[in-house]
Amino acid sequence: MTQTNINTRHIPDRLHSRSYRALRSWETLLLTVAIVVFVINSFASPYFLNAWSLSDATFNFTEKAMIAFAMALLIIAGEIDLSVASIIALASTAMGFAVQHGAGTPELIMIGLTVGLLCGAFNAVFVTILGLPSIVVTIGSMSLFRGISFIILGDGAFRGYPADFAWFGQGYIYWVFTVEIAIFALIAVIYFVLLHKTNFGRAVYAIGNNPTGALFSGIRVQRVKFILFLLTGLMSGVAAICLTSRLGSTRPSIALGMELEVVTMVVLGGVNILGGSGSIHGVVIAAFVMGLVTFGLGLLNVPGIVMSIFIGLLLIGVIALPRVWAMFVAKRNTP
Amino acid sequence: MSVQETPIVSMDAITKKFPGVKALDEVNLDLYAGQVTALVGENGAGKSTTVKILTGIYQPDGGTIRIDGDPISFANANAAASAGITAIHQETVLFDELSVAENIYIGHAPKTPFGLIDKTEMVKSATKLLNSIGAQFDPRTRLRELGIANKHLVAIARALSVDARVVIMDEPTAALSHKEILELYELVETLKQQGKAILFISHKFDEIFRIADRYTVFRDGTFVADGKIADIDENSLVKLMVGRTVDHIFPERSTITSEEILQVVGYSHPTEFADIGFKLKRGEILGFYGLVGAGRSEFMQSLFGITKPSKGICKIEGRICAIRSPAQAIENGIVYVPEDRGKQGAIIGLPIFQNVTLPSLGQTSKSGFLKLAEEFKLAREYTQRLDLRAASLDQDVGNLSGGNQQKVVIAKWLATQPKVIILDEPTKGIDIGSKAAVHEFMVELADQGLSVIMVSSEIPEVIGMSDRVIVMRDGRIEAEVEGEDLRPEVLVRHAAGIGIRSQMEEV
Repeated sequence: MTQTNINTRHIPDRLHSRSYRALRSWETLLLTVAIVVFVINSFASPYFLNAWSLSDATFNFTEKAMIAFAMALLIIAGEIDLSVASIIALASTAMGFAVQHGAGTPELIMIGLTVGLLCGAFNAVFVTILGLPSIVVTIGSMSLFRGISFIILGDGAFRGYPADFAWFGQGYIYWVFTVEIAIFALIAVIYFVLLHKTNFGRAVYAIGNNPTGALFSGIRVQRVKFILFLLTGLMSGVAAICLTSRLGSTRPSIALGMELEVVTMVVLGGVNILGGSGSIHGVVIAAFVMGLVTFGLGLLNVPGIVMSIFIGLLLIGVIALPRVWAMFVAKRNTP
Repeated sequence: MSVQETPIVSMDAITKKFPGVKALDEVNLDLYAGQVTALVGENGAGKSTTVKILTGIYQPDGGTIRIDGDPISFANANAAASAGITAIHQETVLFDELSVAENIYIGHAPKTPFGLIDKTEMVKSATKLLNSIGAQFDPRTRLRELGIANKHLVAIARALSVDARVVIMDEPTAALSHKEILELYELVETLKQQGKAILFISHKFDEIFRIADRYTVFRDGTFVADGKIADIDENSLVKLMVGRTVDHIFPERSTITSEEILQVVGYSHPTEFADIGFKLKRGEILGFYGLVGAGRSEFMQSLFGITKPSKGICKIEGRICAIRSPAQAIENGIVYVPEDRGKQGAIIGLPIFQNVTLPSLGQTSKSGFLKLAEEFKLAREYTQRLDLRAASLDQDVGNLSGGNQQKVVIAKWLATQPKVIILDEPTKGIDIGSKAAVHEFMVELADQGLSVIMVSSEIPEVIGMSDRVIVMRDGRIEAEVEGEDLRPEVLVRHAAGIGIRSQMEEV
């Protein structure tokens, strides 16, 4: 340290060590849940502990998680984008349309990403320039984007994607590791750095805690929010590429209802739905928890509708747990 | 004045603990019918906690509350209200979108036989209540349409609507103009005559000596003394409060250079202010005085890039600068310490060090990537210069007292090494000890060549601190005062628009 004057009192950087803070964090609780789910699953089904079936299980969450990372930043900044699943539909439809006109894989990727970005920009303009609430704007664009897909496709479907396009959703990088899980990991690292290690990430937290105070501290609040909507749109485009590639076809109902699963993943990951706090590693663990639960139940032949009950209970349970614990401790401490 | 033997409410050896701190340590407080008791103490002395215990928001960890001598405990805020204790808070909690009558009767509205709200009856009794305190507006008005002083009247009417015997006023005059304060004093007199016990919390000593009958002093969560105001003078009370003598003499000023740093010409806004122009020299402290609503804050925020001026030029060191956002203002060396600390100043939820470094991230980071060690270093340097009291730099600013939050906000701006710092009511709601520290620091900054613009409604502060004072009225510059003319009556007359020659009734 530089100078320690005698009359200035020293203020320590932090009171608690890194490991103490980590131990008491939401992420640790969530990790425990993940391990418990993993152990239960291994006992419940003999098919669970198998590298290939676990690899298959990752498809349950990789595409959603790609969007969830961008959504986490958006929610931390106090906004939300409910149109993400519809962006997937529109981007996928655009790609399918291009395929009918002879587009190759590079063009398809360009189209998927561009449509995602444009949809993000559409939301961003209404929220940041016109100052409308994002929940209203994106509920509107949710219907709008999917509506366009329905008009183009009707009851039909686009098929005939090029063979090499299938690599994104069906390919393997090495052994059991899919291309999707690699993309997922890459995006997770990028967003971890962006949120936790850069000035931009700090601005996101500042805006989420107090937008007025952030503005008064010289942060370009609207610009940051604009970028966040663009990123969410872009990630929806990436997810659209992976999902379309995996399914090999586009129907207007593609990814229907996925926006709520994305938001669930973000909230389960410890992001405050009111903004201001949360972490990327939390969302990563939440993605695995959700993936493991759905996969484990799938092995036990539990139907999809029942699965959503489990996911719902899991979300409420994990969020209520710390609150219940605090009440229990408070009760025990009062005579 | 008849002094009753038993107080209406008495707090006996009340203790309240929070994790890590004892907010109150066996304090006593007695409130008597028909008397105003002033609760005096620095920030962090435990005044707000006391209010929260009396109104049932917090439950004490030890000690007894007695009403008319009988022990009682409040399980929640409703229990305290039905015992006749009501509070008018620092930042009054009212509902902007509801009518005045609904605000007054929320939670205990008169009901029809079917259990629905009886609107006619509600408006009728609200009118009666408002008349009794001299409020001149229709109870059907939306609260949003009222000014801050009238909102206070609504809060008082609401307090009275529950047949309160004890009224707690927590810094009721903090946001009021001179005239409105006088009206409030009259209202306090009325309440006294109705036999209500009043707990009055204020940082302003003239106010305490004007309206209080008794005083109780807390220091760092402990009881220090109580007694009758008639038996004590200002200096002794200050001594009790801070535990030492604070001679509040404003610090000496050294001479200013002639180098001009900022020039503003013809700044105008469609509704808030017009034709503002002045020059500011390096190392000068320029005061802005005026009544609440004179457009001072609005102008300052425009200079800081929050609102766009419709006309006007701003020159910094002779260079014309277009300031369209706070980010541009900061780049040009102008920073602003806002009046509304909680909303515009500090970012509650973020730790201290992140608050301090927020505008300086460009300086502490490397190509956009954070460097925590640099941040802690910068934050430590400036917070220690301001003598911040905090457990650690990683602590949430929301857990600091008002005075310490203000230090964080000032540290945040000093870390950007500005040329001009605008302080909007820098010592509002801050205890006398921190106040002196802020004043001393302002002089130190000016001596180091920083130019200071200080918006203040406290006349002693404006006169004591400023080299020159600009008085604003109705969005325009009314006068520029310096040297011999820098006297309270001159400022007040200009602010009220009475001019120098004509006589004034009350100052």
